[in-house]
Amino acid sequence: MASESPPGASGAVAGAGANVAAALIGRFQKICGTEHVITHPHDLHAYRSDGLTHFQVMPAVAVLPNSAEEVQAVVRACHAARVPWVARGAGSGLSGGALPVADGVLLVLTRMNRILEVDLDNHLVVVEPGVTNTAVSAAVGPHFFYPPDPSSQTVCTIGGNVAENSGGAHCFKYGFTTNYVLGLDVVLTDGEMVTLGGHGEVDVPGYDLLGAFVGSEGTLGVATRITLRVIPTPEHTRTLVAFFGSVVAASAATSAVVAAGLTPCAIEMMDALSIAASEQMAHAGWPAEAGAALLVEFDGTLADCEAGFAELKAICVDTGSTQIRVARTAAERSVFWKMRKSAFPAAGRISGRYYVQDGVIPRTRLPEVMARVEELGAEHGLKVANVFHAGDGNLHPMVCYAGPDEAARAEKVATLILQACLDAGGSITGEHGVGVDKKGYMPRMFDEPDLAAFQKLRCAFDPDGLANPGKVMPTPRLCGEVPGPNRVHPLEAAGLAERF
Amino acid sequence: MAELLSAGRTVRPVGGRTKTDWGGVGPAAEVELSTRKLGHLVAHNEGDLTAVLEAGVRLTDAQTAFADRGQRLSLDPPNPGGEATIGGVVATADSGPLRHGHGAVRDLILGVRIALPDGTVARAGSNVIKNVAGYDLAKLMCGALGTLGVVTEVTVRLHPLPAHTVTVAARGGDLGTLSQAAAALARLPLQLEALDLRWDGPAAGGALLARSAGRAPAEVAGIAATAAAAQGLEVTVTEDDDATWAEQRSRQRARDGEAVLRVSALATALAAVLGAAPSGVARAGLGLAWLRIPADAALVRRLRAELAPATCVLLDAPAELRAAVDPWGVDGPAVALARRVKQRFDPAGVCNPGIHVGGI
Ligand SMILES: Cc1cc2nc3c(=O)[nH]c(=O)nc-3n(C[C@H](O)[C@H](O)[C@H](O)COP(=O)(O)OP(=O)(O)OC[C@H]3O[C@@H](n4cnc5c(N)ncnc54)[C@H](O)[C@@H]3O)c2cc1C
Repeated sequence: MASESPPGASGAVAGAGANVAAALIGRFQKICGTEHVITHPHDLHAYRSDGLTHFQVMPAVAVLPNSAEEVQAVVRACHAARVPWVARGAGSGLSGGALPVADGVLLVLTRMNRILEVDLDNHLVVVEPGVTNTAVSAAVGPHFFYPPDPSSQTVCTIGGNVAENSGGAHCFKYGFTTNYVLGLDVVLTDGEMVTLGGHGEVDVPGYDLLGAFVGSEGTLGVATRITLRVIPTPEHTRTLVAFFGSVVAASAATSAVVAAGLTPCAIEMMDALSIAASEQMAHAGWPAEAGAALLVEFDGTLADCEAGFAELKAICVDTGSTQIRVARTAAERSVFWKMRKSAFPAAGRISGRYYVQDGVIPRTRLPEVMARVEELGAEHGLKVANVFHAGDGNLHPMVCYAGPDEAARAEKVATLILQACLDAGGSITGEHGVGVDKKGYMPRMFDEPDLAAFQKLRCAFDPDGLANPGKVMPTPRLCGEVPGPNRVHPLEAAGLAERF
Repeated sequence: MAELLSAGRTVRPVGGRTKTDWGGVGPAAEVELSTRKLGHLVAHNEGDLTAVLEAGVRLTDAQTAFADRGQRLSLDPPNPGGEATIGGVVATADSGPLRHGHGAVRDLILGVRIALPDGTVARAGSNVIKNVAGYDLAKLMCGALGTLGVVTEVTVRLHPLPAHTVTVAARGGDLGTLSQAAAALARLPLQLEALDLRWDGPAAGGALLARSAGRAPAEVAGIAATAAAAQGLEVTVTEDDDATWAEQRSRQRARDGEAVLRVSALATALAAVLGAAPSGVARAGLGLAWLRIPADAALVRRLRAELAPATCVLLDAPAELRAAVDPWGVDGPAVALARRVKQRFDPAGVCNPGIHVGGI
């Protein structure tokens, strides 16, 4: 869960260690240039945390390579010295994925922000990891676009998106980052470079290591070159907001829309609290008495879009919508989206502090789980504002609190909400990742053999545990040697011989 | 099943036995492990558009059950005889024309349960459509041909079954024109569910096939038809299109005495790829082609050299051919990394040894 200001106890602050030998720092300076190797505590300050600001650790050094070769050389030097490192993009992550390792190296990839190739004949674009999400769509627009659109898209990097398998408001129809990554050049922890997937081709022979790497939260290596699939921009978009008496009623409408076989490109929900908060920033003039707003968007060819949109309106009416507003102009549409996108910053206005939770449930369980969320807030005397990806069943409750006493309660509520998601058959994270924040929850979702299987993959990529150690897995684990072939001889199997 | 794997004997998992001749020729396995008894459709969560299937469920049976409720698993690999199981489809990562609009099995799989050679049964992923907790081992299982463990259960995402589909077939005798028309269609924002090419050599010619399945398929097909006609192709539009697409699928498999080469290329290279063999089909927007070729090792080598950097995987080939020429035809750091993954999951090499890239 993310918090926009420190709740206190759960964070950790470590001082810059002197354990990274001067020789290694000298090596980095040779590789990247002195000005791109940061060691002064004052300058390192900005790198202490990612978007999950209550976790803070000072790295020993931050290195800003400018090319894949430089990344390779830095990683190789770390490998030789057995020094752990953490890759970092924009540091907008909300699970502490880019939290530095004390005394370790932070590999900051923001200088690698070049778009290497735009090949619209093959519907692809090749970028360095530090390119921002919006820069990709900008590079291929207006006729093409890159669908995964995290709300942080103007700042977050494609490298970070790949590592987190980021989603966005439009993934109900279009899918997630993993569905758009065609190939990756990855520097492994021993400094070897490997291409996963292709340079635009699909079904490249071999294991789907590309699929395994996406969403691996920086623990399997550094992506230095990323080939992405882009798609033609839909000709037409229609957007409406339907108001309902309650979140439960709007949840039922969401299910009805999906059950009717409609595939809107976005189905986003806001509750009364977040509507009121966003109204202060976006001034959309939405009805103050609405219990919930459902922002639904269709896109496609004109005919397809209009047909779907008409059905959608009918369903909203049938399911008890109190009012429907259709965006008639691009300006109106952007006000609707501004309401949705202001929700998080606006929550900061109604409450000094809040936790953002990121849980997933099967969409059909929305009514009961939302009722439970409300109940939990009431039980603990805290406001919970809700704005979320309803189509995906991906909840982002914001548990509002003030002061240290409420902080502890807020943390408890956030935890109980996550448990409610798991009890409903869901997941502990839909898009923000496990990082350090949720590694303690992993055993609630996965059993020991599951975690052991994850560890097998991690050890195959990083036997020395140098890449982003201490993230994702609940307890630190060592890899150990690969057991040698120990086949039972056919004679043994047949009971004709035994080994002692 | 996990217990069996941990006993140390080499195991060959099998489902419907429709693709047992894919991959390299490994040593004969000591035990054949059938998923046939894992035949339950565990859950069809209609309102969530997801389903949980045991590995041995036949794809056709699952599709029938989904269709009853107006849904489908948007996966249509060739399935002669209808014996293909969901476990086999995951293991081979085979796909059909719907790949264009809905992705491959890797894009539709949400979770997996795997019997591992260490005697444990592990789960990865989840039963919900959005989840980033833990490593995506479900994708890792796609196309692994059972060499890392045996998939016993999968959770998949479903889609609404379209009420109507309309297919545009544009015929022509010039491969360059056909592929240009395909490129033009791929650039239009039509959100087609399938976009294929078929080629039977210069004498017989070929076709561009586009299928629309949205809320207004006729209108979309109309736009596609106009675009194809503008390239000088002879266009027909039909709603009765099942046979056309069944034929595309069947052409992904070899006939007797032939082999199939699956080529992963860039879309812009497809004219060269299809032109290299007597006949073939392709996913025009994805650069993925299946060429039917005589079962001849020298020919496979020549085509690989000619089509590089596109990669060519030999499918449906007789064992002698697969012994004479590496069916995968790749090597390098990614294969070395794959070997490291294999060693971690299956250190004793009991799962389908010798059949994957680099003899894994
Ligand atoms: C206001 C706000 C809104 C957000 N909205 C969304 C949203 O809608 N959807 C969503 O999914 N997320 C959202 N996020 C979360 C965050 O923006 C994403 O996780 C994003 O992908 C992180 O990108 P980054 O460049 O900031 O990565 P960082 O935070 O720097 O790093 C994230 C992880 O990626 C790893 N990493 C970074 N670069 C590489 C690389 N090149 N190779 C390997 N590993 C690497 C790091 O080690 C770390 O584990 C939001 C965050 C904020 C602050």
